[in-house]
Amino acid sequence: MTDILSPLPGTFYHKPSPDAAPFKAAGEAVAAEDTIGLIEVMKTFIEVKAEAAGTFAGYVAADATPVSAGETLAKLD
Amino acid sequence: MAIRKLFIANRGEIAVRIIRAAKSLGIETVQAHSEADAGMLAVQLADGAVCVGPAQASKSYLNIAAVVAAAKDAGCDAVHPGYGFLAENAEFARAVEAAGMVFVGPTAETIDRMGDKVAAKIAAKAAGVPTVPGSDGRIEAAEAVAIAEGIGYPVMIKAAAGGGGRGIRIATSAEELARLAPQARAEAEAAFGDGGLYLEKVILNPRHIEVQILGDGTGAAVHCYERECSLQRRRQKVWEEAPAFGLPEATRKALCDSAVALAQAVNYRGAGTIEYLYDGAADRFYFIEMNTRIQVEHPVTEMVTGLDLVALMLRIAGGEPLPLTQEQITCTGHAIEVRLNAEDPFLQFLPFPGKVTALTIPVGEGVRFDHFLYEGYQIPPFYDSLLGKLIVWAEDRAAAIDLMADTLTGIEIGGLKTTIPLHLALAADAGVRAGDFHTQWLEPWLAAGNLTAPTAA
Repeated sequence: MTDILSPLPGTFYHKPSPDAAPFKAAGEAVAAEDTIGLIEVMKTFIEVKAEAAGTFAGYVAADATPVSAGETLAKLD
Repeated sequence: MAIRKLFIANRGEIAVRIIRAAKSLGIETVQAHSEADAGMLAVQLADGAVCVGPAQASKSYLNIAAVVAAAKDAGCDAVHPGYGFLAENAEFARAVEAAGMVFVGPTAETIDRMGDKVAAKIAAKAAGVPTVPGSDGRIEAAEAVAIAEGIGYPVMIKAAAGGGGRGIRIATSAEELARLAPQARAEAEAAFGDGGLYLEKVILNPRHIEVQILGDGTGAAVHCYERECSLQRRRQKVWEEAPAFGLPEATRKALCDSAVALAQAVNYRGAGTIEYLYDGAADRFYFIEMNTRIQVEHPVTEMVTGLDLVALMLRIAGGEPLPLTQEQITCTGHAIEVRLNAEDPFLQFLPFPGKVTALTIPVGEGVRFDHFLYEGYQIPPFYDSLLGKLIVWAEDRAAAIDLMADTLTGIEIGGLKTTIPLHLALAADAGVRAGDFHTQWLEPWLAAGNLTAPTAA
């Protein structure tokens, strides 16, 4: 089990746009450098990438919610 | 009726600025804040404060029902929207007035009209203000080449139904236009279900010059001279000046007079800005849009005119007739404002929301610092990165640039990365000092590596 941590404080989003599907679904394969979400920090969107490959276990932080730097956003199996 | 108790529906440095103006007029203040902003400076300075919702702006500062209810419950008789957030939202202006309070700004009808690009251009044309030559409304792809002959190349083709930069193409010749028009039509059809196009002349390397106006809603209006705001990154102004350098006096007069004519024609109420593109080579200016709010860069105008624009907004909103004649407004010396953002200029301007561990505020003759910082303040990540604005005034432009550079070196904002190094590099640049720039200048200048991190000694 690997935690994907927030690189910055801000608002975490599961989806590239409000109407789109989440970047990843549970059970989906994740390659290193895959984008798993976005952090909105000071009106700038920054991609959150997986550092290692694995299987997506799910989001920990809810969609469109404030997160702190270092907070767990999602888990990989 | 004069405003008695003002609700400030904004945050950051502009909230502090509005409180200062309200206090100078003896108006009581109530500051709106989100859950993430309970510790901000404006909350500490205001007579009262009300939480309007969670950290996300969409649930707090942009929540019309919550903001209006909070203002009403606090017993306020007026609402100042600042800039951004709900400042140019006609629905908000209507809701404030419907709740029996004064909206500090123009009427909802004016916001609607001037906020619509097509309606605003029609109003500008009707008032005799030059607009960018273009097709009269929507055209079909087949007509494009014939119409472009009358406009002159290069021309920009865009979807008549679209917004933003989507589907915009530039053609430099009739052959190119004939090739691009059908593509633009197909794309417009796919994106908007409407293949109608719009043609507009491309002004190469224009400067951005804007005119500050004030009106009282009865048709009386004055200008407070112009500002030069061509140094932009990603369409965000980073450095602003007043007045605009290098404008022939006759052009400057025609520009400012055209802004007054438009403000009078729409019975403008409050402070507004009319933005133009200026083609220096041809000495021509063209209306682009009107901003129906106080702007970030208003202090440069205040420095050269000696006016308090925010206090004037509050007096006009309180029902006073325009308290100034055009003859009473003079422009003296030169002012420059730079925006200090919490961003790392050496790392693609990555936002840097940290904690202010130390703070040295610049003071001195001709120096003004509009900000919302204090030692120990944690900059929240949820809003824009503007920390404050350094404004300087001197007898002439060269002296103002020197004073800007000197003052920047004396500012300390510990714990954060800021855009101060960008402004120091700009102040030292020969092109900036010569005034040899335009709206497309800064990004290539950055891309060419003109801003480099100091190497470790």
